[in-house]
Amino acid sequence: MTTQSISFYERVDGALHDASLKTALSRATERFIGNRAGAIGALSDEAALRDTARAIRAGALSRLDELLAQLATNVESRGGTVCWASDGEEARTYIAELAKARGVRSIVKSKSMASEEIHLNHALEEAGLEVVETDLGEYIIQLAGETPSHIIAPSIHKTREQVSELFHQHLGVPLTDDIQTMTQTARTALRQRFLKADMGISGVNFGVADEGAVVIVENEGNARLSTTVPRIHVAIMGIERIVARMEDLGVMLQVLARSATGQKLSVYTSMISGPARSGEEDGPEEFHLVLLDNGRSKILGGEYAEALLCIRCGACLNACPVYQAIGGHAYGGVYSGPIGAVLTPLLQPDLPEAYMLPQASSLCGACQEVCPVRIAIPDMLLRLRADAVKAGKAHPVEKAAMRGYVMTMNNPAVYRAGGRAARLGSRLIGRKGRIRRLPPPLSGWTHGRDFPTLSGTSFGEWWEEREKKRKEAAQ
Amino acid sequence: MTTKPGRRRVTLFVTCIVDQVYPGIGQATAALLESQGVEVRVPRGLTCCGQMAFNAGFRDEAYAVAGRTIEVLRGSDDVVLPSGSCATMIRHLYPELFQRSPYAGPTADLISRTYEISEYLVDVLGVADVGARYSGSLAYHDACHGLRFLGLGRQARTLLGSVAGAEVKPLPGHDQCCGFGGLFAVKQGAISEAMLDQKLAGIAEAQADLIVTGDASCMTQIAGGLSRKGSKTKARHLVEVLANMTDARQ
Ligand code: SF4
Repeated sequence: MTTQSISFYERVDGALHDASLKTALSRATERFIGNRAGAIGALSDEAALRDTARAIRAGALSRLDELLAQLATNVESRGGTVCWASDGEEARTYIAELAKARGVRSIVKSKSMASEEIHLNHALEEAGLEVVETDLGEYIIQLAGETPSHIIAPSIHKTREQVSELFHQHLGVPLTDDIQTMTQTARTALRQRFLKADMGISGVNFGVADEGAVVIVENEGNARLSTTVPRIHVAIMGIERIVARMEDLGVMLQVLARSATGQKLSVYTSMISGPARSGEEDGPEEFHLVLLDNGRSKILGGEYAEALLCIRCGACLNACPVYQAIGGHAYGGVYSGPIGAVLTPLLQPDLPEAYMLPQASSLCGACQEVCPVRIAIPDMLLRLRADAVKAGKAHPVEKAAMRGYVMTMNNPAVYRAGGRAARLGSRLIGRKGRIRRLPPPLSGWTHGRDFPTLSGTSFGEWWEEREKKRKEAAQ
Repeated sequence: MTTKPGRRRVTLFVTCIVDQVYPGIGQATAALLESQGVEVRVPRGLTCCGQMAFNAGFRDEAYAVAGRTIEVLRGSDDVVLPSGSCATMIRHLYPELFQRSPYAGPTADLISRTYEISEYLVDVLGVADVGARYSGSLAYHDACHGLRFLGLGRQARTLLGSVAGAEVKPLPGHDQCCGFGGLFAVKQGAISEAMLDQKLAGIAEAQADLIVTGDASCMTQIAGGLSRKGSKTKARHLVEVLANMTDARQ
């Protein structure tokens, strides 16, 4: 509720009035929710599996330094190079300079939220490099000049009609409503790019410390191509995305696939532990692993540490009624939905409206209910709200209201008198038992809802009256 | 669960919204408990659990209000609330609010004897049928906090299932949030209304005479939407149905 926040409300308003967005979101989230429910429901030991997944992640975070060092050592021993990037700037510089030093001109990318987080594409394009997204959803939004609006389905906000229109405009193909045809169009356009690319950039789903490998799951095969065809592969991994042992990976891949897309396992799982060794046909000449901190180690050990358990499955976005209504772009940060409302204030604290995001939740708990690692998102949203108040971000009207609230609730006489006045007032402005317009600051309520008029007596007054009569009768 | 010998006594905490806006819900709760032979006490000066301030991020203010509530509720009675949300505030959020404070001990004690009404009737008293009658159809909306933080839902369905004459219909999206969310309903009014629209769509599909729920706040949101849309469907609190008080208000 500050002037800066106007644009948050404007984005929300725009989203709520966007009919195509509504269609696209409800089609997609319904499908995701149904698929997830089926895949999770098919497990006989769902609760135990989620407990195990959480324990694996929590265990790994509790000795993060050690595991990261182990991962790095193992990667290096196989001929890979590790870059420890403390922030986005360091990661961007490393990758841009590497590209320059190796004479790279063309880059293919597979989906990576970490690269979105550090606005990598922009930096590489500034450096004169050609960057093409190869995940279908990412490709669509790149053509449209937009950012992802969902962790695993970046173009979820687009209807198939809009995608067809986009392809028609940019690629000169006829309009169609057949998804297969559109996929084929993108494949054909991208094939040339893979062959031409000197560098492939990917994200990482899990780093496996004891194996010294990074794991990438996907359904389109584009990540596999991006990481094997070009002569250099750069993988960007948020430092928290680690598990200790190969044995842990099985559980994590299961819960990830089931929670994300409702699959038992993703179609392709790539394990990469270094450049191609001599004699191997597939694989790049060089492998670089960028370990991105960018605010994460500050979260570790604090009251939001749980957020680092996140495996970016997107289930909480699909389940969230707020996300379903406004989509991802309204949040304004890189990460959206419930986990985005937690991560954005922590990872992008300079974003002027980041503190608003935790307000945009009814605290219904649907996110926590579906989260494969049981992150207590509502509790963290509440803490972030408290942080915002402590930082002086509350609106003066709200501050005054809260002072009045304490005064009223903690003084029975004031409470009674105030209640009586409010009940009387309600009957003055209401008709036939309902109020169609409340005065500010409550006018927001009656924009789309009625409020009941209130009876003359409170429950407390009624009860005391009853007790008095009973006592008299007993005498 | 076994019933203790001697007469049970509970402290009824109707919550501020019921006290001021829906006294009938408080009366219905008291009547239900008394009909089961439970002696009901209502301490003078009990007002609010503090959730409004806590949810808004005003922890000092929440501490002041909730701390006083803890004081008023000291004693040995079980505490029963006709609200899954306020019961969640006590059972799920008081521990965070009062950690490392002088109230930490009393909080744990209060939590061990705090119940939401349907939970108290079914799980503590072992009642499945309170002898209610309703001629018409009804559908149950799972209010979020009770559902997800206290694991409620089964109890209300058991009780509604034995209401004589009532046809219980399924509610599409029964566990989807109605969009109330406390101050969220006003501060983020547009989103709240969009969520309510989703809820009302499910309600229209259900075609029931009554939408029944366990929280007065969610009931206000749903009823407010139904009334604004001119729907014939009414929203009622679970206890109003169980105490045969569905006609006590408009
Ligand atoms: S918070 Fe949980 S549900 Fe949401 S993306 Fe992360 S792991 Fe998935």
